[in-house]
Amino acid sequence: MPRNENWTEAQPIVALHDVHKSFGTFEVLKGIDIEVMKGEVVCIIGPSGSGKSTLIRTINGLTPVSKGSVKVEGIEVHDAKLDKLALRRKVGIVFQQYNLFPHRTVLENVMMAPLLVLKENRSEVEARARTLLEKVKLRDKEDAYPAELSGGQQQRVAIARSLCMRPDVMLFDEVTAALDPETVKEVLMTIKDLATDGMTCMLVTHEMGFAREISDRVYFTDAGRIVESGPPAQIFDAPQDPRTQEFLSKVL
Amino acid sequence: MTEGWTVSRLTWRAPVLAACLCLAASLAAVAQDEAAARPSALDSLVTWMPFILKGFGLNLLMSVLAMAFATVTGVILGFMQISPLALIRVPAKLVTHLFRNSPWLVILFAIMLLVPFQITLPGGERILIPDWVKATFGFALPVMANISEILRGAVMSIPTGQWESADSLAMTRGQTLRHIILPQCIRRMMPPWMNWYALLTLMTPMAAILGVDEALGNTQAAMEAAGSRPEFLIPFYLFLMTIFFVFIYPISLYTRRLEKRFAAAS
Ligand SMILES: Nc1ncnc2c1ncn2[C@@H]1O[C@H](COP(=O)(O)OP(=O)(O)OP(=O)(O)O)[C@@H](O)[C@H]1O
Ligand SMILES: [Mg+2]
Repeated sequence: MPRNENWTEAQPIVALHDVHKSFGTFEVLKGIDIEVMKGEVVCIIGPSGSGKSTLIRTINGLTPVSKGSVKVEGIEVHDAKLDKLALRRKVGIVFQQYNLFPHRTVLENVMMAPLLVLKENRSEVEARARTLLEKVKLRDKEDAYPAELSGGQQQRVAIARSLCMRPDVMLFDEVTAALDPETVKEVLMTIKDLATDGMTCMLVTHEMGFAREISDRVYFTDAGRIVESGPPAQIFDAPQDPRTQEFLSKVL
Repeated sequence: MTEGWTVSRLTWRAPVLAACLCLAASLAAVAQDEAAARPSALDSLVTWMPFILKGFGLNLLMSVLAMAFATVTGVILGFMQISPLALIRVPAKLVTHLFRNSPWLVILFAIMLLVPFQITLPGGERILIPDWVKATFGFALPVMANISEILRGAVMSIPTGQWESADSLAMTRGQTLRHIILPQCIRRMMPPWMNWYALLTLMTPMAAILGVDEALGNTQAAMEAAGSRPEFLIPFYLFLMTIFFVFIYPISLYTRRLEKRFAAAS
């Protein structure tokens, strides 16, 4: 990404201001404001259909916005002149449905983008990929194909694959929603390690206990708006808005 | 449309049946041959077999060349069909639909009559275009259109999550197509591709109508040369059908195996 000389780490690494998004006449996001500092972990919670996925996908430009501004490291994401690919090198995303490349082995999945996109040296990428697989505890599965892995294992490969691009920000969209309860934990542990290492993380999640434990700040969304935000203790123990209270009473 | 199509739903019984038919035909030919003075129909067939097989060689050559041409152009056309640019997409769709929905014989006649039998190079040199080359081209066009459609369908069948992942990893559209989408499509395209090869091979005798000396043309020429006796018809045509069968049947068996394996894998 064209480095923004004016941006310093004292400013938000991700900043959304008055973000609107409509699909046809249906307005999914109705003015979203979020600021995330480097190294922060932020969770977005809210009822189904409230626009959480849409919101998170605007940050790496997968979903274009209708109005407002999304900045990553001070650079406008939805600037038509911006090199989208350059942005995506800085922002990693992991989806609910892992989306691994089924025709490639685990190691190849992780190595592919750095080789093709960053055009890095193979041995360098391979060493980094192995380190990451070690980190997600899948070193012994590097030659397996995605179909041979459990959901939790596939999701951890997907995380390693994103990390191998050395992003500055990681986005997670309900990455445990499709998993069996037993495998949810191993994926959450991986994300927690990442957060502990200082990675800036934005998570959409239904795992309230995890959100409370890991996040610096929680955003509650409903019908395309941020209804309430604050430190987890405040949101979970003393929610102010009746919509937050109602939602939490249902899920907790 | 073409995914479920197979050349023939045959079982192990089919080859046995074919062999029996062939034997029966030979016996019939021998039985019919009461006048010992003339060579029997079977003897005539044996005499002319190399000539017919030589014709079959041309059928194979035409089928292989046509398939190679159809595959390359069909894949290009298929990619053009999914282009985000209307300027590329629309002509590709037009060509695809035109050749998919025209009778093969009409395309064949059109090519035969439209393409000149010789062309003059800028240097003044003249090159003759043999009829079998034109016929090959004529067979390739409808297959090309169908491969274009198979490719488009295969690309469409890849989950959007694959595109999104590749996008998010900063791959370009070209990189995504080449490294993510196409490799997954090839697997899915194999069975219908082989079906079209078998179908194409079975269509090549149409070239006989236009005077190409392939297996069917040679068979007819052979029967004429041997005296045009009615008892030739069954053994000669059965022999012709058998050689096509022997060539095509293993292909259709293998195609079915692939289909089953892919069905089990997904
Ligand atoms: N590409 C699209 N075209 C049209 N409508 C869309 C599109 N994507 C999302 N929507 C609509 O936008 C709304 C918000 O969707 P979104 O996926 O962002 O919700 P969500 O909060 O992530 O829900 P969930 O918790 O179920 O994942 C939904 O009503 C959805 O139907
Ligand atoms: Mg969602």
